[in-house]
Amino acid sequence: MAHSPRNSFLKPGIARKSRSKTYGLHALYKKNKAAIAAAKPEGPKTITKTVGGAKNGNTRVIPAVKAPRYYPAEDAPVPKANRKTVGTTTLRKSITPGTVLILLAGRFRGKRVVFLKQLSSGLLLVTGPYKVNGVPLRRVNQAYVVATSTKIELPAVAENIDDAFFQKKAEKKDAERVAAQKDVDDKILAVVKQTPLLKAYLNATFTLTKGQTVHNMKF
Amino acid sequence: MVEFKKIVEVGRVVMITYGPDAGKLAVIVDIIDHARALIDGPTTNVARQAMSFKRLNITSMKVANLPRGASSPVVAKRVVDQKVVENFANTSFAKKLAARQARATLNDFDRFKLMIAKKQRRNIINREFAKLKKQN
Repeated sequence: MAHSPRNSFLKPGIARKSRSKTYGLHALYKKNKAAIAAAKPEGPKTITKTVGGAKNGNTRVIPAVKAPRYYPAEDAPVPKANRKTVGTTTLRKSITPGTVLILLAGRFRGKRVVFLKQLSSGLLLVTGPYKVNGVPLRRVNQAYVVATSTKIELPAVAENIDDAFFQKKAEKKDAERVAAQKDVDDKILAVVKQTPLLKAYLNATFTLTKGQTVHNMKF
Repeated sequence: MVEFKKIVEVGRVVMITYGPDAGKLAVIVDIIDHARALIDGPTTNVARQAMSFKRLNITSMKVANLPRGASSPVVAKRVVDQKVVENFANTSFAKKLAARQARATLNDFDRFKLMIAKKQRRNIINREFAKLKKQN
């Protein structure tokens, strides 16, 4: 008997589980991705063949690939080439390195974090710092973030951290991550401590209270 | 019978609450009927016009010695001489408006700092209150 679908619909069109969740459930990360075969060098278009019979001139030049015996009566439709390219994500103006952001989704929702830089994938590199509120070096989409007007003077940190840093690897890279986190935390904390209450602010989670309406609030 | 302290009368300073002049001060120059007054605010950029009382908040301020239907220059002179706009800032209504404005312009970090300050104040008050309670 067929089992019920693992990913049922909450409402028609809205799946219970997200794309990334089903990716995990299907264990797609375990599957080997098909490698793209390298293009084979093109061979010669014609070959010279020896033929028997004295009156046949001994050799004959013939095409390397035999022409098909069948031709379609009408031209087969060719799908249009896709000319769209993936563009670079433009960062919101209100987000600059050192901006304090409020995370809106995921397991760290409500946390206030420090924005470090935008990665080449367009995602934002943020950190709690980990020592203050438990948010590690992490990538977030800017759509799931509220930018506040609070900024810290960001020292030079996390220059060698890129998208590859977050890739799942067979061998664990815990030590590397711990070292990177400690380096970033120490440098940011030194700056954070200069402003009174800023550390406590980053430690506190964001919530709405009675009478607060987001569209009327300044961040 | 409670005696009303702020009444609609000629010379009463009002605040406009609706329309393009919202938030501006003006003076009642004449009362047209039970629903409208003729107001003027030559020093506060309010044109002389009839306005419904629904759009007016009456304040505790009054311009003294203003004859009924006084012309704009006369109103301007009285308002400047009696320092109406300056004195308005000291009224509790103006202070409340200013506080509301200040509260609305706070950013997220300021709101957090305000929360901490209120906590500290609460702490002090509760401690003193507990002391007094113990004494009695």
